[in-house]
Amino acid sequence: KRKINFWMKNVSKKMEITVSEAEKRTGRNAMNMQETYTAYLIETRAVESQNEGQCSPVDSLWRRYSEFELLRNYLLVTYPHIVVPPLPEKRADFVWHKLSADNMDPDFVERRRIGLENFLLRVASHPVLCQDKIFYSFLTQEGGWKEMVNETGFQLKADSRLKALNATFRVKNPDKRFTELKHYSDELQSVISHLLRVRARVADRLYGVYKVHGNYGRVFSEWSAIEKEMGDGLQSAGHHMDVYAASIDDILEEEEHYADQLKEYLFYAEALRAVCRKHELMQYDLEMAAQDLTSKKQQCEELATGTMRTFSLKGMTSKLFGQETPEQREAKIKILEEQIQEGEEQLKSKNLEGRDFVKSAWADIERFKEQKNRDLKEALISYAVMQISMCKKGIQVWTNAKECFSKM
Amino acid sequence: MEAEGRVPGPPPPPLPPAGGGIGAELPAIPPGAARAPLLGAPAEVLELDDEEDDLEVFSKDTSLAEANSFSPSMTISPSSMINQYKFEDEPELRDLFITVDDPESHITAIETFITYRVITKTSRGEFDSCEYEVRRRYQDFLWLKSKLEEAHPTLIIPPLPEKFIMKGMVERFSDEFIETRRKALHKFLNRIADHPTLTFNEDFKIFLTAQAWELSSHKKQGPGLLSRMGQTVRAVASSVRGGVKNRPEMFTEMNDYMETFSQKINVLDKIAHRIYKEEREYFNEMKEYGPIHTLWSASEEDIADSLKGVASCIDKCCKATEKRMAGLSENLLPILHEYVLYSEILMGVLKRRDHIQSELDSKIDALANKKADKDLFSEEIGKLEDKVECANNALKADWDRWKQNMQCDMRSAFTNMADNNLHYYEECLATWESFLASQTVDCHGEEDSEDRP
Repeated sequence: KRKINFWMKNVSKKMEITVSEAEKRTGRNAMNMQETYTAYLIETRAVESQNEGQCSPVDSLWRRYSEFELLRNYLLVTYPHIVVPPLPEKRADFVWHKLSADNMDPDFVERRRIGLENFLLRVASHPVLCQDKIFYSFLTQEGGWKEMVNETGFQLKADSRLKALNATFRVKNPDKRFTELKHYSDELQSVISHLLRVRARVADRLYGVYKVHGNYGRVFSEWSAIEKEMGDGLQSAGHHMDVYAASIDDILEEEEHYADQLKEYLFYAEALRAVCRKHELMQYDLEMAAQDLTSKKQQCEELATGTMRTFSLKGMTSKLFGQETPEQREAKIKILEEQIQEGEEQLKSKNLEGRDFVKSAWADIERFKEQKNRDLKEALISYAVMQISMCKKGIQVWTNAKECFSKM
Repeated sequence: MEAEGRVPGPPPPPLPPAGGGIGAELPAIPPGAARAPLLGAPAEVLELDDEEDDLEVFSKDTSLAEANSFSPSMTISPSSMINQYKFEDEPELRDLFITVDDPESHITAIETFITYRVITKTSRGEFDSCEYEVRRRYQDFLWLKSKLEEAHPTLIIPPLPEKFIMKGMVERFSDEFIETRRKALHKFLNRIADHPTLTFNEDFKIFLTAQAWELSSHKKQGPGLLSRMGQTVRAVASSVRGGVKNRPEMFTEMNDYMETFSQKINVLDKIAHRIYKEEREYFNEMKEYGPIHTLWSASEEDIADSLKGVASCIDKCCKATEKRMAGLSENLLPILHEYVLYSEILMGVLKRRDHIQSELDSKIDALANKKADKDLFSEEIGKLEDKVECANNALKADWDRWKQNMQCDMRSAFTNMADNNLHYYEECLATWESFLASQTVDCHGEEDSEDRP
């Protein structure tokens, strides 16, 4: 169980957070139909900074997966420049034959519990996200949290998918770094999901190799009954074959945790893309505003000088059906000048917004890159450690078996 | 007719297996452990499918050029082949060395078949020369086996590789198949050479020394195919009719043993094949697993080296798996298969012994009923009693010899399998340990940055 201490800006104390339990529940959903779901127990404990030994009592509350999702969606909308940590998968994916794809399966629930705890720890250790009040309430306030989140009106602030897609296609001048980052996250997602798929197949096959050896144990035992001299050797060798066959279960369970570590970064790729999308949206917005301003300025100029630089239907019709009166022209120019001034202010603030976004997003991206490199390297090392442990177990079993065989 | 070869007198005492005495120490039995299976985590047992019967058909591929039967150059040194196989006789005591090699295709208008070169080196007096080179086809081996069975119905004749026919498919013999068969034929002849009685069989000598046409003409003599088959058929029939009344206890025990042994060895054969199959599937997946890490490393900077390192480890483990599979198919699988065949052979031998005894028993019964021709019957019965005694003794001695060889073969085959697996894990361990060492060298201990405000 990992515990994490983090500082809260308005609550200056360290806290320990764990997701300690999972429980099956039944209830009624929004359509008043009965449903089964799993609830997770979040435990928090304030730790006095001076004396680590003195701990206050544990506070706890139950949350279900959909509430975690709500929290994350809120964070995504409220902090679009942050690479928001991902949640563990909703449904079991990349399964191999032994793992159940059932959401209620205890192994899946256990791994999800760990994943949810990991999510909370990621958020709590993020310099910006940890200070969010909604997050703090998620951890500490049992009742009324959902209403509190909805009252922030974050759903309204969310960018529509369509708008975002449109911007992605039409944006002319995005920051190159974000374009590169988008490509990187696509590659990362593709390669990790490929890796996880093949790993699952490898695990399946490895399971087969180990388990078939278990048959030796049974047959050796039966055979030993009719042998006088070979019997003892056969019998004891068979025992080691059973041990060998049984050992694969723990080995593969450990590997699942490794797979989960990779999965987290598979899902992080999507979070990276979300930040890139936001940038593209803002950039597109900026470009559109600049374009609009330029065209208004042109219109203004044309009206003022009476020349027609660009083709406009209004210009044509006025040419055909007669010029406007000077008063009308003056009015139009006035309106346009107002709009232009508004537009310039807007453009200025949008520019600033855009530059701020790029700056703070890129800072978080750098932070994320370092975290990713650390975590992935650690994961690869832990994978090597697992392989080494598996090899050592294999050597031990087969050394024992060889000794038994040689005494047959 | 009288079969060729020396009538075996009291058979010579079986020679002890090399490297192990019957007085070898038995492992200490842990207290409390009976013959019942030791308790442990129950292994999940995978279902074993029935293996399909393999069948083969003569190749009709006429694109092969006709080959010359006799090639003067010897590509594989016979002595190196002999050393591959352990036999219980010390090399110095052996005076007959046989190798089977150099398979070649021959095409005629009717069929295509393979011949193998059989080289014999001997210092025995009864051989005119000290070295012989002949070519034999599978049919010739079949002929030899049936002649030996005929001459020595209660001796354990070594197994021949089976005739494989692909159901309905016309298939060329694959190189792998030919090589497996060649090895098995080589073992077959050498086992006969090592057998204290069979080694002096006349048909065996002719097989090793006669030219093709001499062998053909010799084969035509003697009882035909039908009569040869008849003996075993009659034996089976008589056993079906209700067994032997006066079967000595020893042979009943042998029968019971063989029934169980036959069961177990067949299951072991299936298990070993299944393991091979699973290992092959594992190998196939591993081949794809490593390169993904290399692909990933192309989009990374900081962790590119770690990823490439993992890729290289996985590739090395992949190769190690290939070696492990090869070890299985070269050693354990052929031996288990031979003993599957042996179990059938032994059941046949026991039936033939029973049949010989039933001949005696029926004659005795007939004597009890007919008072006439007492003297004639007595003489016949006397001959039959001798025959039964000879058969029993021959079988007893050969059985003991077979059991010792079996123990030796099993011990070496399974020890070899364990060795294979050990080498596999040791190789993989070394690979991953060196990767780990390379990683922890440039990895300085990182404090948990999550603690910082």
